[in-house]
Amino acid sequence: MRDQGLWTWHLVAGVVILVLLGLHMTIMHLDEIVRVFSPSPGEPIAWANVMARGKSVFFLMNYVLLLGAALFHGLYGLRNILFELNPASGLKKALNAVFLVGGLALFVFGSWAAWASFTVARGA
Amino acid sequence: MIENKGRPNRLGIVGWLAGGRWGFERYLYTLHRVTGLGLLAYFLMHIFVTASRAFGQEAWATAMGAVTGPLFTVGEFLVFAAFAFHAMNGIRLVLVELGFAIGKPIEPVYPYRTSVHEQRPLAIGVMILAAILAIAGGIGFLE
Repeated sequence: MRDQGLWTWHLVAGVVILVLLGLHMTIMHLDEIVRVFSPSPGEPIAWANVMARGKSVFFLMNYVLLLGAALFHGLYGLRNILFELNPASGLKKALNAVFLVGGLALFVFGSWAAWASFTVARGA
Repeated sequence: MIENKGRPNRLGIVGWLAGGRWGFERYLYTLHRVTGLGLLAYFLMHIFVTASRAFGQEAWATAMGAVTGPLFTVGEFLVFAAFAFHAMNGIRLVLVELGFAIGKPIEPVYPYRTSVHEQRPLAIGVMILAAILAIAGGIGFLE
């Protein structure tokens, strides 16, 4: 039952990623066709454009939500692939702990970076 | 993930490709996993590289300078193409999981038809969309 719940969240996270990463990819890589959220001339990764997006509450929430959804979707997917190889139950427990602690640590670090750049952009 | 009930996965990763005569969708399954693992590896690095913006303009310029060059451009395009494939195939998987595009149950009358026949147009359609998306993204990398 627990795995069914986690699988459902895996699908939900996939849909969230589709929307938010779709927006991110459009901004970053389809800028020759669709120029959005890069108000200054030059590349979308130019500092002025990074700061323009960075001071937006919408993008702050976007980054944190995308970070959480992508970490869960990616790490749960990797966990499923590894569990299919029939590791011993002790190794399964260790993998669960590594993914949980590692995922949470990356989420905290990435969220901190998004918040810190938000304050940098607001101060600029 | 459903727990294994004592049937060992004897082929392991080899079974992703070399388990027998697979249909088109089985290769999409393999490619979905390969692109997923690639995207995850890139994403974990991406978290650290883009975190440099929190330390100001100089740190950002240094980080971006470290990931510039033809090799990174090709790599970035591969990431974009992997995203296009994984996203489009993911939409197909969710639709199929929810029971869409698999046809209605029918009597098992010989010659038997499987739902794979019903799913095939969706699989081909999303692959065409993925190719269009990858090409559209590729234009930016050629600039």
